[in-house]
Amino acid sequence: MSWTKKVLRINLTKGTCTPEPLNMEWVEQFLGQRGLATKYLTEEVPPTTDALSPENTMYMITGPLTGTMASTAGRYSVVTKSPLTGAVACSNSGGFFGNEMKCAGWDMIILEGKSPMPVYISINDDKAEILPADEIWGKSVWETDEWLHAKHQDPQLRIAAIGVPGEKGVLYAAIINDLHRAAGRSGVGTVMGSKNVKAIALRGSKGVTVNDPKAFFETTTAAKKILAENAVTGEGLPALGTQVLMNVINEMGAQPAHNYKDSVFAGASKISGEAMLEPRESDGKPNLTRNAGCFACTISCGRISTIDPQHFSIQNKDDLHHSYHANSGGLEYEAAWALGSDTGVDDLDALTYAQFVCNEQGLDPISLGSTIAAAMEMFEEGVITTKDTGGIELNFGNAKAMIECTELVAKAEGFGLELGQGSARFCAKHGRPELSMTVRGQEFPAYDPRGIQGMGLGYATSNRGACHLRGYTVASEVLGIPIKTDPLETEGKAGLQIAFQNATAVFDSVGICVFTSFAWSLEDVAPQLDAACEGDWTPERLGEIGERIWNLERLYNEAAGVGASADKLPPRMTTEPATTGPAAGKVSGLATMLPEYYAERGWSPEGGVTAETKTRLGL
Amino acid sequence: MQMSLVIDANKCTGCLQCEMACSYEGEGVFNPTKSRIKIFPFHEEGIFVPYTCTQCDEAWCMHACPVEAIVLNKTTGAKEIVNDLCVGCKVCTIACPFGTVNYNADSGKVIKCDLCGGDPECAKACPTDAITYQDANWTGYDKMKDYAAKAMPAK
Repeated sequence: MSWTKKVLRINLTKGTCTPEPLNMEWVEQFLGQRGLATKYLTEEVPPTTDALSPENTMYMITGPLTGTMASTAGRYSVVTKSPLTGAVACSNSGGFFGNEMKCAGWDMIILEGKSPMPVYISINDDKAEILPADEIWGKSVWETDEWLHAKHQDPQLRIAAIGVPGEKGVLYAAIINDLHRAAGRSGVGTVMGSKNVKAIALRGSKGVTVNDPKAFFETTTAAKKILAENAVTGEGLPALGTQVLMNVINEMGAQPAHNYKDSVFAGASKISGEAMLEPRESDGKPNLTRNAGCFACTISCGRISTIDPQHFSIQNKDDLHHSYHANSGGLEYEAAWALGSDTGVDDLDALTYAQFVCNEQGLDPISLGSTIAAAMEMFEEGVITTKDTGGIELNFGNAKAMIECTELVAKAEGFGLELGQGSARFCAKHGRPELSMTVRGQEFPAYDPRGIQGMGLGYATSNRGACHLRGYTVASEVLGIPIKTDPLETEGKAGLQIAFQNATAVFDSVGICVFTSFAWSLEDVAPQLDAACEGDWTPERLGEIGERIWNLERLYNEAAGVGASADKLPPRMTTEPATTGPAAGKVSGLATMLPEYYAERGWSPEGGVTAETKTRLGL
Repeated sequence: MQMSLVIDANKCTGCLQCEMACSYEGEGVFNPTKSRIKIFPFHEEGIFVPYTCTQCDEAWCMHACPVEAIVLNKTTGAKEIVNDLCVGCKVCTIACPFGTVNYNADSGKVIKCDLCGGDPECAKACPTDAITYQDANWTGYDKMKDYAAKAMPAK
């Protein structure tokens, strides 16, 4: 307890489903979820493996608290080698799939090899089957979800699936579970598609138990109170969702716009969380219908929204899935900035529509929006023309063009196939690699490194390519958590980023949502783990596990050829000063921060993990 | 004072904390499939609806039970299953018009809400007060107050 200690290994080449014990020695070192699956990956998949070959393996894994009553404890991660970055991929999702996996008695599901034909995996407690998916291959996630529920005649089935982009090799395809929760980044859906696996349908009835129920109830109840009383997790996120950030980040001059040419977006308020609450003219309803919680979540940042029935994106479109005309998973900040401010589109309903498309078909909206934005910049510069775009007038601010591109990528057709390769490959192909806002081939998230210096260091060193969820120093630099630091200063940011990276690696390995870290430190997580699990779990031990996980990921990337050589930002960030807002005149101080970071990590001046550090961490 | 569970679907976020609290209290395991309260997501309508036994006064389940294994707890008003008497015949699951009595294949008995003996765990676990435990005679109090506020004469 609270691991099931069981792994389901599915070999798609051979067509076998084999239970095996969880490696509890590795649990001692890597805890669960992100850390533990990364350990399996590094032991089983050579770093030079072609990510889309049968030799790559995909790990869907829960954490020790997944499936319990601890707040937000429904998380699972998908770990594999990324086809987008060539680095380790680890995408984390909420919803109700992770807890169902645990409830069915599995800590982890491993997909290895490649099926000779399209299949889906059906798991009902101990019974696991590989079943034909011919009828759903080529269908969307939402259609697949409906088909599986009907076929199994089970309304309580929990489903994770890929859409058309994942089947057809779009490099940032996501795995979507429960209709609109995503293991979104780094192309984990593309890997699933390369194995000819359309979906995993789960049903669990075994439940999850904890080691010391009395202590567990006490500690999780106290921890929920901390979340409820925190300004971010108790007020900001419940009220406005992740979109609480749009106006905040814009005001401080770190809101990327127009492919990162600008760091303030004039239309931000029109696509903000606040705008989602405003009644619209057509039907008097706001965009936001309701807050939605993932499993066990007492924060409930999830949004359930509708598109304006008179908006051009859905009006007179009878061929759309019926959910477009009803409620579905609403706009998140990362989708809103990438598809919105980065493309210059300030149309809330166009963005909600594009978010729905990403959910229906399994796409990472960050990579999608950023790639469209890069294409827009090239279109405006005349590098590409309507001949390349298939007739689309791809100017910044053109909502119809953004939607057309989104639909084309979702179908993986025409110009969409090219955009589906991601901004790094797209920009390189057209001779302008410097216009790609990526690290390790993965697109930037929503924070301009010129306006929030710690994030630039975070992107450059992130083990899964540019990402905000590996070390969210925005918490400190903008929100003052745990202490306020100056976002425009580089001093101290190396240590800050390292502390965030290590702690986040722990949160990602426990089975809880990283958003709890706005309110919880490892001091709050440790007692919950300690009560639930056998063994002694102290904050100090967890801190060391976090550092060990980070270094393990780094070692894998080094061997895969995307280690220190890839710790770089695009020249726009380091040579073109921000022109507007509080960060005007600033560039990223990466050159100052990076050597400090290497030194404080205990790495060589060249950024290599040293023998001493490996020994210290038992790697 | 008798108390009732009061459900306000408009406040529910569908997080299932109630289902886990219920399954743990009843069965010693975190397992939504063993919960006596269920959350029903109506996806396209954008609403989550908690549903459980309302403890009917003239309880169909109680009258239908051939072995008198469903008894009234006079303090709480709950209709409780006496496990030692229940033979798992499931007649009560047919008799209940609302579907809130269900068979548990693991134990061979039926399960239903018993208000946790007067301290319902679901209400305590709910983070948004979508499930509360209130004076049985005044379950409409909050709604009445809301409408009273609307009817308040302007100053």
